[in-house]
Amino acid sequence: MNYSVVIPYLLEGTVTALKLFALTLLLAVPLGLLVARLRAIKNPLVNLPVKFYLLLMRGTPLLLQLIFFMYFPPFVLGISIDRFIAALIAFSLNYGAYFAEIFRGGIDSIPQGQSEAAKVLGFSSWQTFSKITLPQVIKRVIPASANECMTLVKDTALAQTIGVFELFRAAQNTTSREVSIIPIFIAGAFYLVMNSVVAAIFNRAEKKLSYYKG
Amino acid sequence: MQSEMNPNTDKPVLEVKSLRKAFGSLEVLNDISFSVKHGEVVAIIGPSGSGKSTLLRLINQLEQVDGGEISVCGQQLCSNNEAGNAVYSDQETMRQIRLNIGLVFQNFNLFPHFSILRNLTEAPSVVLGKRKSDAEKKARQLLDKLGLADKAAAYPWQLSGGQQQRAAIARALALDPEIIFFDEPTSALDPELTGEVLKVIRSLAEENMTMVVVTHEMAFARDLADRIIFMDQGLIIEQGTPDEVFNSSNERTKLFLRRYHE
Repeated sequence: MNYSVVIPYLLEGTVTALKLFALTLLLAVPLGLLVARLRAIKNPLVNLPVKFYLLLMRGTPLLLQLIFFMYFPPFVLGISIDRFIAALIAFSLNYGAYFAEIFRGGIDSIPQGQSEAAKVLGFSSWQTFSKITLPQVIKRVIPASANECMTLVKDTALAQTIGVFELFRAAQNTTSREVSIIPIFIAGAFYLVMNSVVAAIFNRAEKKLSYYKG
Repeated sequence: MQSEMNPNTDKPVLEVKSLRKAFGSLEVLNDISFSVKHGEVVAIIGPSGSGKSTLLRLINQLEQVDGGEISVCGQQLCSNNEAGNAVYSDQETMRQIRLNIGLVFQNFNLFPHFSILRNLTEAPSVVLGKRKSDAEKKARQLLDKLGLADKAAAYPWQLSGGQQQRAAIARALALDPEIIFFDEPTSALDPELTGEVLKVIRSLAEENMTMVVVTHEMAFARDLADRIIFMDQGLIIEQGTPDEVFNSSNERTKLFLRRYHE
């Protein structure tokens, strides 16, 4: 096996995987925050569609969602869609739902006295959220968010099912070409390296926020 | 109504008229009326569930009034419409009233992610738009006054309960309120720490701070308050000077106070 060909080829797939990972986080985290806030609104006109979205995204396979966003636009709406964009939409909506529930749990875990104290001191509801609630929520959701991010790194492999060339597809292509299973294990090592970076970042954040308790 | 009330010098800081509040079918406050004059210290006593905390929460806009009137420093927070239901003033008035009031909670509710200093400076700089240096100067003065000068850089979890409550009092004072409410400020503290918090409240009374203190510390109420309000089951049973209330002929008051002496 010619490693000087195989490794760059796998790295090419890694770049796509990382791009999908980063862009998904960029979209899914704010979406999750927004959905968590909407979920808390008592009006059923807001609440029910949000609950339906959460059920749909968490209740069906991500694989199916990828296929849906790949084929729904061209065949039903008559719009062509880039494979990568279709994958990004599916991943963002899916992970947005999981993040929303993590954030909701985090927000609910902050004692009510915190927002009451802020209100009495004259903070607006936005100031209360951004300065008092959110910073404390971030600390509490770090472990669960680390889980999500590490799963996302691995889930990018699913994008190949709609033809996105990413790390796992690159490994499989190489496997057929070289008639060797080794490239699959090299790809495995790449995922492990990516996730050790993710884990290290979260560990650092956790340490940084350990200056206070509660 | 107090007969000697003079509109110029004795204008009430707080005026509550016929206040009502129910949670579902449970009436927690019924026809509550009282006023607090400038510099006055009023203690509210009564058994648990008598509505004392709810009363404070209504005045501090943490719960919605069902009916009745609340005015703070001459500004009306809410008043009755023709049907007898409470209608609130506009947002700006509500905001101004909020800034005239301080509230100290039973559980302190300091912000755990801020240093003690920042707990004091955050509201003045974010809400009032004070310069950071001005807010800090004022905060350090307050911490110094309440014996917490060396705790400015500490975080709430590093302080004892008594120190945390003193910091919470300093945080309320940082906004220069016209009146401060204390909701059982020592109930979460052991007797030793209770003393240091009561001492701070006492020193504020000496500076003529207008205060309403919900408390189970009868000796403190008797000693410090200009007036005591005794509440039970959502009603004001009686109000008067400590002497009047502690020597009351009212059976309900007597029964409550006797339990405390046992």
